[in-house]
Amino acid sequence: MSEPLLRMEHITKRFPGVLALDDVSFEVAPGEAHGLLGENGAGKSTLLKILSGAYAPDAGAIEFDGRPIALETPLAAQQSGIVTIYQEFNLIPTMTVAENMFLCREPGRGQFISWKRMVRATAEQLAHLGLSIDPLAPVSDLSVGEQQMVEIARALSMRSRLIVMDEPTAALSEQEVERLFRIIADLKARKISIIFVTHRLNEVMRICDRVTVLRDGRRVGSGSVGPLGIDDFVKLMVGRSQHQLFTRLGDERSPGRVVLRVEGLSRSRDPVNPHATVLSDISFDVRAGEILGIAGLMGAGRTEVARSIFGADPRDSGTISVDGSPVVIRSPIDAIRRGIGLVPEDRKQQALFLELAVRHNLAISSLKQLSWAKWFVSDRAEDELVERYRKVLDIRMASADTKIADLSGGNQQKVVLARWLALQPKVLIVDEPTRGIDVAAKAEVHQQLDALARSGIAIIAISSELPEILAISDRIITIREGRITGNVQRDNAQEETLMHLMAVDAAPQPVA
Amino acid sequence: MAQAEKATPVGTARRSGAGAIIPLLSRYAPAVCLVVLMIVFAILQPQFLSPRNLFNVMRQISIEGLIAIGMTFVILTAGIDLSVGSLVACAGLVAAMIAKGSTASSFSLSTEAQQGYGWFAAMAGAMLVGILGGTIQGAAITKLKVPPFVVTLGGLSVFRGLALMISSSGPISGFDESYRWWGQGSIGPVPVPAALFIGFAVLAFIVLRYTRYGRQVYAVGGNREAARLSGVNVQRVLFSVYAIIGFLSGLAGFVLSARLNSSEAVAGYGYELTVIASVVIGGTSLFGGIGSVFGTVIGSVLIGVLINGLVLMDVNPYVQQITIGLILVLVVAFDGFAKSRRLK
Repeated sequence: MSEPLLRMEHITKRFPGVLALDDVSFEVAPGEAHGLLGENGAGKSTLLKILSGAYAPDAGAIEFDGRPIALETPLAAQQSGIVTIYQEFNLIPTMTVAENMFLCREPGRGQFISWKRMVRATAEQLAHLGLSIDPLAPVSDLSVGEQQMVEIARALSMRSRLIVMDEPTAALSEQEVERLFRIIADLKARKISIIFVTHRLNEVMRICDRVTVLRDGRRVGSGSVGPLGIDDFVKLMVGRSQHQLFTRLGDERSPGRVVLRVEGLSRSRDPVNPHATVLSDISFDVRAGEILGIAGLMGAGRTEVARSIFGADPRDSGTISVDGSPVVIRSPIDAIRRGIGLVPEDRKQQALFLELAVRHNLAISSLKQLSWAKWFVSDRAEDELVERYRKVLDIRMASADTKIADLSGGNQQKVVLARWLALQPKVLIVDEPTRGIDVAAKAEVHQQLDALARSGIAIIAISSELPEILAISDRIITIREGRITGNVQRDNAQEETLMHLMAVDAAPQPVA
Repeated sequence: MAQAEKATPVGTARRSGAGAIIPLLSRYAPAVCLVVLMIVFAILQPQFLSPRNLFNVMRQISIEGLIAIGMTFVILTAGIDLSVGSLVACAGLVAAMIAKGSTASSFSLSTEAQQGYGWFAAMAGAMLVGILGGTIQGAAITKLKVPPFVVTLGGLSVFRGLALMISSSGPISGFDESYRWWGQGSIGPVPVPAALFIGFAVLAFIVLRYTRYGRQVYAVGGNREAARLSGVNVQRVLFSVYAIIGFLSGLAGFVLSARLNSSEAVAGYGYELTVIASVVIGGTSLFGGIGSVFGTVIGSVLIGVLINGLVLMDVNPYVQQITIGLILVLVVAFDGFAKSRRLK
C-alpha cells in the first residue's frame, strides 16, 4: 500500500461509564473507499466525531498526509481537508444552495458578498459532479439525495481530501444511490478518499476497497474487499463480547391465542420527515404470553413500525386487529383504548416528564382509574399504585415525590414500564427497552419482560442488540429497509443468521 | 413551610457549600423579595403598612391578578397570550352596553332609569366575550397550528380594534350600585376584586394540584411528545387553557369597568406586560411544565407592592414601567443562572 492519507493510531475515547473506543488504529489510502462497519454502539459514531473535530480523543495520534494533526474543532478538521457528511445534513434549509456552499467563506470584499462569484463557483462545482441544481434554489426545495450532493460539492469546494459519509444511502432512493456510487467512483479516480459508514453490506461489496470492523469499541478486523466477503464481515461484526451475554429467559413460556395482528402495514416517504424509513407491507402477529423480537439495524424501520401501530405516526395502509377484530387506530389515545402500550425508544425525549415527580410520571396514563368524582386524582390511590409497582418492578427511589430526573436510567425505565402496566395492556411494545442503562439493570428489565409475558401480555420487543433479542424473544422477525426479511423461531436463530437477514439482500439459506 | 424543611436535606445532600444557597434562593426568591420590599417600604414610608393602603394594593392587583391566574395555565403549557388587555377592553364594553341597554346613553352619568339589564347579564356577557375570544384563539393555535405568540399578537390587535369600533361614541360610564359593587365594594374589609382574585386563585390551585386536568397541563408543558404518547389529548388541553384565560380576561374586564364606573376602548392597555411579568416573576417557566398559582399570586403582589411603594414615595410614574421591565428580565436571567448551577 502506498503512503496512507489518514493514519489513526491507538485512539481511545472514554465517556462516563463507557469505553467508547479502545485502542483503535486504522489507515485510509489516497483514493480509497474505506468501509467502517459495526453494530450499533460499536464505536463508529465516536470515531466519526473524532475525525470531524467534535470530540477530542483521550489518547492516540492522528496523522494526515504524513503529518500529525490535531482536530480540535470542526473548523480545524475542515481546514485540514477532512469533511464529514452526517445523516442529518449540516445545511441550512432556508438558505440557497450557493449560500450553503460558501457559508462562512463567502467570496467578496470585507463584509460584502459577491453573489455573482458565489453563484458562478457553485454552478461550476455542481457541474463538476454532473448535477443540474439551481445555485439560487433554497435547500429546503431539494430532495434528500440532492442535498447530499450539495454537501459533497461543498466538501470538494473546500479541497477536501477525505470525505467521511455516515450512512449516506439510508434516506436515498435507488436511483439516488446509483448516482452517489458513480460520484464516489469519480472521487476515487481523483484520489479523494472516502470513509463509508454503513449497515448495508451489499453496498460495501460494491463500493469499498477495504473494510474495518469495530465491535464494542475495538477494532476486530480489517482487510480488503474481495478476499473478505459478506460472511466474514457478519462474523466479525457479531462475534462474542462478554458483557453482552444475557441469561436466556422464557423457555417455559407457552404463547396462547393471537392478540395483535398487523397486515400490510405500509408508509411512504414522509415529505416532512424524509429520514423516517419507508415501510412496505409489514405483516406479523403476536400471541398472548409471547415475546416477539423485532431485530433490525439503525434505520431499518423498527421504530417506525412500532409508532405506526401505536398511532403515533401516520400510515398509508394496513389493518391492525386486536383479539381478532380490526380496530381503527389514528392516535395514541385510540391505541391505548384498544389495550396497546408503547415504551418509546428515547426515554428522555418521548417518555419522561423530567421536571415532575415519579408519581406524576407513573400515573399520567391511568389518571382516570385513580380519580374520584370524575375529575379529582386521589392521592391515596396514586400512592397505592406507585407502591404496588415499586414492589413489583423493584423501583429504587427515595419516595414517590422524588423528581424522576434524580433516578438512574434503569429505574426511570421501570417507571415508564409501570406507567403502561397500570393500564393492564393486552399488547406492550417496548422499543429499545434497555438503552442507556447499566448491565445489571438490563438483566432486571429482561426478567420483568419475561414475567409480564408469562402473565399473558403479548410483548413486542425492539432492540438493536442481537444478544438481547435472542435472550428474551420466543420468535424473532428481522426487518431491513422497511421490509420484513425473516421470521425465525428462537431455537433456530443465531446471531449470524439474523445479521444476514438484517444487513444483506437475501438470506444465505432458507430459514424456518 | 413544611415543604421547605422537607426539601432542604435533599438540596444540601447533593450540593455543598455556598452552592446550596442558590437553588433554595431561586425557589423562594419571589417570596423573599416580597418580604424585603415590604420592609423597605415600611421603613421609608410608614403609611405603606396602613390597612387602608394594603387593601388598596390588593384592589389594584386583583384585576390583573385574575388574568395572571389564567396566564399561569397558558404559560405552563409553554404558550403565551398577548391579547389579554385588548380582550379586557372588549369585555368591559360589552358589559357596559348590556348594563346601559345601548351605547346611546353612554354620556348619561345618571345611575337612575336605565332601560338596560342588571349586573348579572353584564357580567355573563363579559365572560362570554372572553370565552369566545379565548376559544377562537385556542382553535387557531390547535387547528391551524399557528404559534400562540402570533395568534395572540394578532388577537391583541383585533380585539383592540373591535373595542375601538364598538365604542365609537366614547366611554360608557355610570352604572348602578350593584354593578359598581363588583369593583368598588367590599366584603367585610376585603375588596370584592381581591376576594374574586383569591377565590379564583384557590380554585386554580385545586385544579392544577388535584385534578386530572391539572396533571395534563403540566405534562403537556413538560414534554409534549411524551404527553401525546402517554395518551393525553394534547390539542384539547392546549385549546382549554386559552378558553380559561379568555374567561378570566372577560371577568377582569367586567370588574375593571365596575371599579372605574366606566368602560372605554383603551381599558386594559399594556396588561399583558404586568400579567406575564407576574407569572414569570412567580417562578413559572416560559418553557412550560414548571410553576404554580401560588407563585403567580406572589408575583402579582410583588409587582403591586412595588408600584404602590414607588407611588407613595412620589417617584415619577414612568419609572414604574421601567422597573417592571427590568425586574422581569433580571428574574429570568437569575432563573437561568440558578438552573445552570443546578445542572453542574
